[in-house]
Amino acid sequence: MSTTNYIGKAPSRVDGPAKVTGAATYAAEYNVPGLTYGWVVSSPIAKGKITKIHADEVLVLPGVLQVFSHENVPSLAWFDRSYKDQVAPGGSPFRPLHDNEIKFSQQPVALIVAENFELARYAASVLRIEYEAAPHETNLETKRQEGFEPGRGKTGYMPPPPPRGNPDKAWEEAAHRMEAEYVHGTQHHNPMELFATTVEYHANGKITAYDKTQGVYNVQAYLTKIFGLSKDNCRVVNEYMGGGFGSGLRPQYQVFLAVLAALELKRSVRVTLTRQQMFSFGHRPHTLQYLKLATNPDGTLAAVQHHALHETSQFEDYTENVVNWSGMLYQCDNVKLGYQLAKLDVYTPLDMRAPGAATGSIGLEVAMDEMAYAAGLDPLEFRLRNYAEKDQNMNKPFSSKKLRDCYHQGAAKFGWDKRTQEPRSMRDADGKLVGWGIGGGAWDASQMKSAAKATITADGKLLVLSASGENGTGTYTIMTQIAAETLGLPLEAVTFRLGDTDQPEAPLQGGSWTAASVGTAVKNTCEALGEKLLKLAQKMEGSPLKNANFEDVEFVNGQIRLRTDANQAVVLRDVLQASGEAKIEVDGSAMPNMVKQMPYSMHSHNMVFAEVKVDEDLGTVHVTRVLNAVAAGRILNQKTARSQVLGSVVWGISMALMEETVMDHKFGRYMNHNYAEYHVPVNADIHDIDVIFVEEEDDIVNPLGVKGIGEVGMLGVAAAIANAVFHATGKRVRDLPIMIDKLL
Amino acid sequence: MNSFTYHRATAIGDAVQEKAEHPGSAYIGGGTNLLDLMKENVERPTHLVSVGKLPLAAIESLPDGGLRLGAMATNADTAWHEDVKQRYPLLNQAILAGASPQLRNMATNGGNLMQRTRCYYFYDLATPCNKREPGSGCSAIGGYNRIHAILGTSEACIATHPSDMCVALAALAPSVRVSGPNGERSIPFEDFHRLPGNEPEKDNTLEPGELILSLDLPAQGFSKNFSYLKLRDRSSYAFALISVAAALELDGHIITDARLALGGVAHKPWRDQAAENLLKGQPATAETFARVAARVVENAQGQGSNDFKIELARRAIVRALKQAAEGTQKASDVFLNSNP
Ligand SMILES: Cc1cc2nc3c(=O)[nH]c(=O)nc-3n(C[C@H](O)[C@H](O)[C@H](O)COP(=O)(O)OP(=O)(O)OC[C@H]3O[C@@H](n4cnc5c(N)ncnc54)[C@H](O)[C@@H]3O)c2cc1C
Ligand code: SF4
Repeated sequence: MSTTNYIGKAPSRVDGPAKVTGAATYAAEYNVPGLTYGWVVSSPIAKGKITKIHADEVLVLPGVLQVFSHENVPSLAWFDRSYKDQVAPGGSPFRPLHDNEIKFSQQPVALIVAENFELARYAASVLRIEYEAAPHETNLETKRQEGFEPGRGKTGYMPPPPPRGNPDKAWEEAAHRMEAEYVHGTQHHNPMELFATTVEYHANGKITAYDKTQGVYNVQAYLTKIFGLSKDNCRVVNEYMGGGFGSGLRPQYQVFLAVLAALELKRSVRVTLTRQQMFSFGHRPHTLQYLKLATNPDGTLAAVQHHALHETSQFEDYTENVVNWSGMLYQCDNVKLGYQLAKLDVYTPLDMRAPGAATGSIGLEVAMDEMAYAAGLDPLEFRLRNYAEKDQNMNKPFSSKKLRDCYHQGAAKFGWDKRTQEPRSMRDADGKLVGWGIGGGAWDASQMKSAAKATITADGKLLVLSASGENGTGTYTIMTQIAAETLGLPLEAVTFRLGDTDQPEAPLQGGSWTAASVGTAVKNTCEALGEKLLKLAQKMEGSPLKNANFEDVEFVNGQIRLRTDANQAVVLRDVLQASGEAKIEVDGSAMPNMVKQMPYSMHSHNMVFAEVKVDEDLGTVHVTRVLNAVAAGRILNQKTARSQVLGSVVWGISMALMEETVMDHKFGRYMNHNYAEYHVPVNADIHDIDVIFVEEEDDIVNPLGVKGIGEVGMLGVAAAIANAVFHATGKRVRDLPIMIDKLL
Repeated sequence: MNSFTYHRATAIGDAVQEKAEHPGSAYIGGGTNLLDLMKENVERPTHLVSVGKLPLAAIESLPDGGLRLGAMATNADTAWHEDVKQRYPLLNQAILAGASPQLRNMATNGGNLMQRTRCYYFYDLATPCNKREPGSGCSAIGGYNRIHAILGTSEACIATHPSDMCVALAALAPSVRVSGPNGERSIPFEDFHRLPGNEPEKDNTLEPGELILSLDLPAQGFSKNFSYLKLRDRSSYAFALISVAAALELDGHIITDARLALGGVAHKPWRDQAAENLLKGQPATAETFARVAARVVENAQGQGSNDFKIELARRAIVRALKQAAEGTQKASDVFLNSNP
């Protein structure tokens, strides 16, 4: 029996003990000697100019070291491209403290650096800055007629495919039709950990930036380009993260400010944002969606039209894939998709967990529910009748698609057959209205180029490095599992480290591609190390593996042994001893196999079943049950994967019922910018959540067969709840979140 | 936040004197509200007089059959005190519907009365606010006012008092015993908080330097037929959109005495004595409750984003009165953490 097979099992997080004991160090917790503290001053206006900064009044306070602003920032990189990070959308990135222009409310306008935190904060509270306000526009509603189609721009963005068939005619002539607009407001990522950077300034002028980011290499490239540093002189580290959800994909302004101050003052500097300032950068954009669906008499879709308009800033064209899914999720020959942006005086939106798809699935999946009702069909049956066997957008087969299993297994476990179709037809024992709804979606299965390094030492301990990120998703754990299983070592003998530009390069942690990308690199690298070890084993006296090829052996239980005869084995530790080497090291990497992948459309899928109970008199909704059935290829760790989906469901409940950043357009400013008033669910809002991973084999996506589960779990959750609310109450709420007032 | 000095008062006289001697000073209880306001620069006291260690944490019976709640008793200790649970379960329920266990462990009864509004604009120095800066204007009027008042507003301010505990207190009608530079006095709870009028900077009728010593509850506790109903945007850890404290005395089916107070609707915990009088002598029926509820919101005025509160308040009153009449709500030892 082998004990070193870990993939697909459910080991607990390897980083768990460090996190719960406080041993894990976060960006704002590196206590370097001689540290100074920076406090960011934010603009109270949304547009206009800074006319005067009374820096002299605070510079006289003993201990205040500098007030950085556009007035004294040294000359930095000149061209826009220097400020573009790996996932920057088209346009000109925001440059902190660049000039006196205000482009959005809460724009950082100054950084006060002082010998201690309290002083910096106090100085910020008395710093007088004069502004000349200009009229701003922050309301998307006013821009309905001013949408424009963005250019290509951002990594991962695919413009909608051209129309197919005759969607207008098909819609006009269809047996049943629906059309409606769906809206959700702005949302901010709001991870628990505040954005922060501690820059350690070394005697030789080098810096180490401990920065909250989902990609240390992305930040390093950004900093070196702007500040003219060499990579050797600019190390970026982020070993732990208290949540990211996409907010750490782009370098945030505090890292710019902290590095600026450190280089100018030749001191170590820490800058931490406040919770209020967490509302001053990227967000899920306020989006308007218009859908028109139609069916034939047999319940197949006759036409699908989906148009979306969302906000972006004045300076960048943020894009995400909102509508494309509607051309691919269901079989339909008459499809028209449209996608537009409108410029507002706000900061640029930013990828937020399942960007685009989480939004698009609200529109499409609620529309599908409306269509099912219009056509007199059970919503699940309606989806089955329109099951897409291939990706019509790309005209390619799916590398694998077990969505039907999600439907069937989910329905069976949820008890969908006991649902009565009529709205308001189900009640619980207390007389509350009960509603059941579904919704789902698809997410890309991608793989990015990634590198790793593996080192085994004479004591049999393996260290694997790759500069990935760990949002809290379980990356440490699954990489440890992959490495341990590949080399047949116990988990405890393996250490995986990430988040440091001294390590081999890995992609940003996003897009649900980390397991596929870094996982494959770790596997390849450990296999390369295995080949080296086999060669050493063969040099041992009387080695039973003398004539074996790498394919003939397996690494299990701390041994290298013949696949055909487990008794023909050598103990790894003996191999290392015999080799006389203190350590053996290899570098490795992984690239997607384009040739293999090209002919296919590669996606994960899911279907969510939700139950709500509604107190009709008072408009309160409880999501009493959610079941999320997910087809995402191979599941590396049942526990961390399940946690990802649980978290997604919680966030979906949030989207459906409470989460929204509210802008006061008079001030062009988000007004509920704190945790007391920006509502996300508390424990009392969360009841039963169940997760099913359906079996799905896929050897096309990558050698591990994984598709990633960080985002797919979000899809359709909010729609399923909105549909369940309709089923319960007969009220179709099309603007989320569904708060009390919308059900009165 | 500005720099401040700190004094831990040892006796009531010491506290009052310390406060009087330091212009720009403030009392601090649990600090759960004051420190937040200081971090946001909404309040900038230069000297803090800590009253947390004053001998005012006791909860004890009064000769008239009432109960004295010390100003320094924490919200948690108050909610779970045996006498409160048995004699004033409405108060137990209201306190446990508020904030979170951590906050209730820190928050004091005095501080709870004195907590300031949660109006978004009041908290954000980038926007005008008459309460924070008299004469600067009210941003909530015509702005985002989902959590704002529908009753007793003025052209200067439409903020609400955010407390849950105080809604139950409004129904139970204790007197607030205070001590100040001019000695001790008692203020009927009804008169403690005030409506904004043209002085929204004043939340209550406490004179400068006055310290709250205790809340003296009268004997009547409505321990059989009561209900505290809180409606909010999530199931716990959110302030009330609407809350209702309803308390009845019943003789068979007939209401012989009634109390009705609302939270989330006005600048003060909103007790409606006219509504109470309408209930008295009436049968405890859905029709009675509906009639009374309609009466309470008769003069309510929406401000835009809070228009829904008028209808929600009406429905919540009916529900709370119904629950009170049924007598099903009980004091609890655990978090009251859910919308209905
Ligand atoms: C996130 C959050 C959520 C919350 N949710 C709720 C909720 O749902 N419902 C609810 O009811 N409350 C809620 N609260 C508010 C909480 O109940 C109050 O903050 C608390 O009661 C204040 O008590 P304290 O002792 O901490 O007051 P402090 O912060 O110490 O003081 C508040 C004010 O009272 C003054 N003061 C204190 N003691 C005295 C005294 N003896 N005499 C005179 N003046 C005094 C202080 O000078 C100060 O101005 C919430 C608070 C937070 C932070
Ligand atoms: S409602 Fe009152 S507290 Fe709010 S902005 Fe207006 S004046 Fe200020």
